[in-house]
Amino acid sequence: MSASLERAPLPAIESAQAVAVIVGFIRSQLEQAGFSRLVLGLSGGVDSAAVAYLCAAAIGAENVLAIRMPYRTSSEASETDALRVVTALGCRTERVEITPMVDPMLALISEPDAPVPSDELNVRRGNVMARQRMIVLYDRSAAFDALVAGTGNKTEALLGYGTLHGDMAAGLAPIGDLYKTQLRAVATHLGVPSEILDKPPSADLWPGQTDEGELGRSYDLLDRTLFALVDRRWTVDRCVSAGLERDLVEWVASRVARMEFKRQQPPVAKLSLRTPGIDHLYPRRRPGSRRER
Amino acid sequence: MEYRIALAQVAPRLGDLDANLEIASRAVRRAADEGAALAVLPELALTGYLLQDLVPEVAIRADDDRLASLSRETPGMLVAIGFVEETDDHRYCNTVAMLRDGELIGLHRKVYLPTYGLFDEGRFTRPGERIRTHDAGAPVGRIGLSVCEDFWHPSLPMIQALDGADLLVNVAAGPSRAPGSDAGLVAIASWHKMQDTYALLGSVPLAFCNRAGDEEGLTFWGGSRVVAADGSTVVEAPLWEEAFVVGTLDTDDVRMQRYGLPLLADERLELTRREIDRIIGERAGLAVGEAPE
Repeated sequence: MSASLERAPLPAIESAQAVAVIVGFIRSQLEQAGFSRLVLGLSGGVDSAAVAYLCAAAIGAENVLAIRMPYRTSSEASETDALRVVTALGCRTERVEITPMVDPMLALISEPDAPVPSDELNVRRGNVMARQRMIVLYDRSAAFDALVAGTGNKTEALLGYGTLHGDMAAGLAPIGDLYKTQLRAVATHLGVPSEILDKPPSADLWPGQTDEGELGRSYDLLDRTLFALVDRRWTVDRCVSAGLERDLVEWVASRVARMEFKRQQPPVAKLSLRTPGIDHLYPRRRPGSRRER
Repeated sequence: MEYRIALAQVAPRLGDLDANLEIASRAVRRAADEGAALAVLPELALTGYLLQDLVPEVAIRADDDRLASLSRETPGMLVAIGFVEETDDHRYCNTVAMLRDGELIGLHRKVYLPTYGLFDEGRFTRPGERIRTHDAGAPVGRIGLSVCEDFWHPSLPMIQALDGADLLVNVAAGPSRAPGSDAGLVAIASWHKMQDTYALLGSVPLAFCNRAGDEEGLTFWGGSRVVAADGSTVVEAPLWEEAFVVGTLDTDDVRMQRYGLPLLADERLELTRREIDRIIGERAGLAVGEAPE
């Protein structure tokens, strides 16, 4: 880090406090919804590993089902790292390979004449995989009588670096308000294995993909910029005068705006006197909303 | 004369009046067992906080027997508790009631409804229009009631101190912002600073009861306190968790404090009123000396 960036700091976190808040949140959400178990997709990356640790701390590893869902191009290291988490926690696990479900769909959208898949095609292929994993998770959640714990973080949500109705789909979002760099600190505090902490973050949707390669910026710089723009409400000029590159700040600001649609429910054409989401406003959890078995 | 104050840092259930009446009733009995002269429960202890359109469903009249009966089994003990009040003209207010022996002896409707950031109170409830104190007799004397955000406006506790309050009681449902970070702790420290300051400048002891638990991802931070008239901490409940603490105050301390530091007696109310009248006129765009309509 260059000294000039001290004026645009990373968002800080007190990991022990954050863990206490999130564990309380998970317990409370489950209790209020009438569930006692959680399912999550375990990729071998740091986000889902941290969520697995948080879920196990909240409700006991025996109530957590971690599903590994490789595609045929997924890296072997991802599987190895996912199993490190399962072994460390002693949680339940299943392996559901998505290749036979995904390939027929990919055949429909492939461009056989293209020697190398285009970026756009890569994104479409990635979306199909992410949505197939969502289908598996929600099916397993019904079989295991569980809610789906989301593994998305705040950096991804703000940048829209996720698949709508894919990896963004969840019943609760334990790490949704933690920036990636904060999440890494919390994961370290939780004891997530160093092999997982130390490797470059990747969605592992195609060989060689990394988050930072695809986003074109390091999480360090992205989080400093997002923290300044979003949490501190700084203008672009103020971010620049604090030492952040103008190109970076403008790219982040425009991406946050462009991805607003991923963070909200779709707009409803208002016709009636009371419309859900507009003037029919209730907390998710209230008397009668708890599932009774 | 010494007396004891019990602070019940409970976690109400959102929208569940019956469950919360039971929680409150248990806390009141426990306070009586502890020999308390006053039991304080949090803001909206009978309803939970994030009600949105549940407001009319959980609102009760101030003379509702379910409210009064909370103090019926504990002879002589004062009970302060928050609820949603429906007034005779069907305003829905965030109200704190003071009860004793099955009677309502005082009431304050939240004057300042935060409607910014994560707060949306002004959409669902209407503000109170009075700042008063209520005589509760020996040993506590006159009590100035307020609700959470009211304390972010120093005029309110100062008016109550000048109106002869022997004790300020603030009930709260304070959700933590930036939980798990230094910023979150700074926000809590701000609350404690202003309590210390009001006690010191008003030469008046203070009881603050904030709730615990979580709703819809909001975590309430607790940290209830009794503060003596010199601004020192008498008792403090833990952060983040449900708790029940009891503090002892001595009315002689206020006598000596007000002799040694006669700030209230020295207060220049006519000067203050003249200047406030001038500011009101200037803000309304009236010429200096011109009387408002």
